[in-house]
Amino acid sequence: MDEARTASDSRATEQEHIRALRRARMEAGLARRYAVDRLFRLAGLSAVVFSALVLAFLLVSMTANGVSGFKRSELRMTVPIRGAMQIDAQRLGQPDPAGGLELAGLPHVIDSAADRAFGKGGARLLADDAWREVADTLIADPSLLNNATLDVSLPASDKLAAAQRGDGDPDLRTIATRLERAGKLVRAFDFGFLTRSDATSPQSVGIWGALKGSILTMLVTLVLAFPVGVLAALYLEEYAPRNRWTDLIEISINNLAAVPSIIFGLLGLAVFLGLFPNYRSAPLIGGMTLALMTMPVIVISGRNAIKGVPPSIRDAALAVGASPVQVVFHHVLPLALPGILTGTIIGMARALGETAPLLMIGMRAFVATPPGDLTSPSSVLPVQIFLWSDEIDRGFVERTSAAIVVLLAFLLLMNGLAIYLRNRFEKRW
Amino acid sequence: MPSAVLLLLAFGLGLVGWLAARGRAWAFRRTAPRGRIDSLPGFHAWYVALWIAVPALLFALAWNTISPALVTHQVLADPAATVLPPTGFERDTMLAEAYAVADGRAYGVFNAEAQGLVEPFRAALLKFQSIGLAITVLIAFAGGAFAFLRLRPDFTARTRVERAVMAVLLLASLVAILTTIGIIISLIFETIRFFGMVSPTDFLFGTHWSPDPMSTSAPDGSKYGALPLFWGTIYIGAVIAMVVAIPLGLLSAIYLTQYASPRVRQLMKPLLEILAGIPTVVYGYFAALTVAPAVRDAAQAIGIANASTESAVAAGLVMGIMIVPFVSSMADDSIAAVPQAMGDGSLAMGATRAETIRLVLIPAALPGIVAGVMLAISRAIGETMIVVMAAGATANLTLNPFQSMTTVTFQIVAMLTGEGSFDHPATLSAFALGMVLFLVTLALNFIALRVVKRYREAYE
Repeated sequence: MDEARTASDSRATEQEHIRALRRARMEAGLARRYAVDRLFRLAGLSAVVFSALVLAFLLVSMTANGVSGFKRSELRMTVPIRGAMQIDAQRLGQPDPAGGLELAGLPHVIDSAADRAFGKGGARLLADDAWREVADTLIADPSLLNNATLDVSLPASDKLAAAQRGDGDPDLRTIATRLERAGKLVRAFDFGFLTRSDATSPQSVGIWGALKGSILTMLVTLVLAFPVGVLAALYLEEYAPRNRWTDLIEISINNLAAVPSIIFGLLGLAVFLGLFPNYRSAPLIGGMTLALMTMPVIVISGRNAIKGVPPSIRDAALAVGASPVQVVFHHVLPLALPGILTGTIIGMARALGETAPLLMIGMRAFVATPPGDLTSPSSVLPVQIFLWSDEIDRGFVERTSAAIVVLLAFLLLMNGLAIYLRNRFEKRW
Repeated sequence: MPSAVLLLLAFGLGLVGWLAARGRAWAFRRTAPRGRIDSLPGFHAWYVALWIAVPALLFALAWNTISPALVTHQVLADPAATVLPPTGFERDTMLAEAYAVADGRAYGVFNAEAQGLVEPFRAALLKFQSIGLAITVLIAFAGGAFAFLRLRPDFTARTRVERAVMAVLLLASLVAILTTIGIIISLIFETIRFFGMVSPTDFLFGTHWSPDPMSTSAPDGSKYGALPLFWGTIYIGAVIAMVVAIPLGLLSAIYLTQYASPRVRQLMKPLLEILAGIPTVVYGYFAALTVAPAVRDAAQAIGIANASTESAVAAGLVMGIMIVPFVSSMADDSIAAVPQAMGDGSLAMGATRAETIRLVLIPAALPGIVAGVMLAISRAIGETMIVVMAAGATANLTLNPFQSMTTVTFQIVAMLTGEGSFDHPATLSAFALGMVLFLVTLALNFIALRVVKRYREAYE
């Protein structure tokens, strides 16, 4: 009996032992499984954080560079005015006032003033077209011609600007340090960057020309893509019969939305430039090309917005005797419009940042004057960024980043507007 | 600006017709028996306005297309035209110059002989512009009168106007098909011209790419081997970029859908979407300015001697980052499409979240994820600015990611922004490359859409 008991006892302990072992194994397994789970979670989190960090790094490095791109090296000096030039205040009201000032000897007056202010060779420290800024000041306010002198801040030459940054010619660097100590050479905020156009020297470039080109191009894109996109969406969602034709239309719209943008550039080059060979690099052609690219985006988002309008609205309108066209234009379209607008803004934002198709239709030319109308040659902001990025000069690197900051600001503005519209008008039925 | 004048004229007359017809229809309301008219006055108004504006606009369009030829024809009949050389390029340039001056598009002529032609041009322009104006007005009045006389209390203006509206809607939806056809035709024409000079086998399977847009000798097929470009495109877009984008995108989607609290999700999702909204030229600049030098230094530090500043890996990395939000939102959608019950069942059985995701959700969502990845690849191989700015120009058939590589899109840009003439094989090769790119992305998109469609049906 004792034996039996011991046997059963030992069996019990054995079983207990096994159970304990099992539990230990299970707990170890559980711990391992939870560890894997935590690891997985950590991996996911780090993926998100990594992407966010890259974004932050990109934005910060662009802004950091861009902030100095909004500044330029300027020389402070005093220019004699009264008696220095033979020019009448009235001449400034006539056509080509800058030419009149040039003939009257303004560039020479400024050069000798620079020589006096900065020592021998001082004129060469100024940018070549620095006199134009004085001319602009005088043209804006002709009464200044009666002043004895004028205090001005003029752009330094590219070489001096490079020297101030610490690279380039050692002799110039000592001059730059000397002038900086004397307070005559400063890095000043350059409002002109927003109002001038492309130029060959980073000291005198601006983005207004490219910005205006972008605005005109976007205008053409909007005028063409928005009505066509909305009407196509209305047709497909409200009236189209289910047949092979509508299937074909639908497939081609979905496909166009995924066709690489450069292919649209090839289309614009072959078709639009073939039709209008004189309008190379004009906002009109660029806008038409981008409109074809944006239209599918508007159609797709428009269809979603129209789909969101509940059928009861249509039924109610039909029930009181409205025709199908009246139902859509009086009831469905107004209700779907905020959604369509959101999609349109997003499509336009994409078009605003697009570069490759515009390169194809020749918008990479050097354009030093802002475009006057839709058919004059112009550049656009992203292409301007691309062109400047090819320049080796360190000054252009900063200017490129500054232009990028402007472009990103515009995009954020547009996306912000889209989000605002979505939140403001979002409706749950 | 005669075209703007014609446009304004057509719309102005249309407005007049609109107002007149509306007044007339209101009058019906008072005089008609029992005061009932078939359509609202607005529809009568639109009916007349359409009959005025549409024919006038169509005529104005046609006139703008043919009138320059008529003007030139009249000038050539003028005695002043005898100074022109009989044929050739110079004659055309001089004509174009004189035309531009007469039109007000230019201020002076380059060739002195063309100066004498300016006055005849001006006279001819004036004559044909007046003719065009007169006919437009005539057509507008004819259309307006025709429509106006048809107005009656029982006239079904609404049906007719609505028919016109439907026609406009149909035309708008046809634009997409026209664009697709336009793309295909413009690519095919130039591609056929290119293949007339270089054989398709040389192009598709040759391994040496060095076209010279300046050469005037007969095109040499052995210089147009596009295989290194295809390899570069696939290596950068489908290999390196995807190595970055797929894990980052998938893990982000999993974290945001399964683990993150609603607040974190609300914050991080738009943040990732900003990545997709940044213009590619900015990414290209970032790649060229920051990433590429860093990659080169890192490669040199680990002992790769021939690392180049323009490298496949720099372009691919940045492109991968650009694609992340795309992959993540596609994965997000397809994980969300898996029925809640499947995930809940797995959790109720005691599986951890990681196991549920790995063994239940991902397999169930796999078709959607695969389709998303294919769309991402199609996007990456069509991407232009990043590779233009960071990948380099040398056609390299190599596995070394630290070397410079070139892609299809880079070569399209390079061939079409150079100085080459439009019928040079180097220029035309860009269209052949575009054709290949178009077909490949088309196939990828098509397959992806098919997979998504079939998959969606499985759970509904």
